[in-house]
Amino acid sequence: MAERRSPAAAFAGRFETASASGALRLAELPFLTQLNVRVDPASLAADEVAGVLGAPLPTEPGTAVRSGELTVAWLGPDEWLVIAPEGFRYELLRKAVADGRGSVVDVSAQRTTLLVAGPRARDVLAHGCALDLHPSVFGPGRCAQTTLARTQVVLLPQQDGFLVLVRSSFAAYLAAWLLDAATEHLL
Amino acid sequence: MLLIPCPWCGPREEAEFHYGGQAHVAYPDDPSALSDEEWARYLFFRDNPKGRFAERWSHSAGCRRWFNAVRDTATNEIHAVYRVGEARPVTS
Repeated sequence: MAERRSPAAAFAGRFETASASGALRLAELPFLTQLNVRVDPASLAADEVAGVLGAPLPTEPGTAVRSGELTVAWLGPDEWLVIAPEGFRYELLRKAVADGRGSVVDVSAQRTTLLVAGPRARDVLAHGCALDLHPSVFGPGRCAQTTLARTQVVLLPQQDGFLVLVRSSFAAYLAAWLLDAATEHLL
Repeated sequence: MLLIPCPWCGPREEAEFHYGGQAHVAYPDDPSALSDEEWARYLFFRDNPKGRFAERWSHSAGCRRWFNAVRDTATNEIHAVYRVGEARPVTS
């Protein structure tokens, strides 16, 4: 069996170097489990899904809820992204949407997760993102699907930074762009 | 660049959207009963007003939902956005 490599694995060393100054922390969080959940939010199945997740599905656009080690982000009026640790087992979720009441699809390989944290994280992302990322309007509990450096991403604000979920095939490009955008903040 | 207010995500830049042409073009009730000319008229003929125009947009780089917008084709001002299935609001 071939060795598994994460999409931005080749950037680990450069991320570490860029993180040394303390102004910024860049890292890839590889192999997180990501599940695309589609279900009618008004249905019984949605209640069952919420029961399995331990939190209600957020119905307010652009919001995310945390439940233990799970994050549930709003992607659309009937679509959510569940982010869980590697190896998360989701048979119960599958069961909650069985019989055509919804769908749970493992999309873990679709995107990888980049961590952009530290005091200058917002400045770095602002180089390529049109959204207002200030914590007063975009803090923990929010999420956004938008473009960062013309690449589609899901942004999840954390306490001291952001998770940037980017398609695997764009991960190397975005990693290179982040390192370039970070240059002026690392002096 | 236009700032388009997605009815789900709020105002986003135009580059996140795809244009979908005129809104409220109903699919014919019985397509097989149409003459070639009527079918061609349904397929290819669209209004081209100077002024307010109801059109479809897709927030393709965001929530990926289709919605409708009333845009002034002369000024690019967007007078209303509304979700699929909702009636066109009166914008005078």
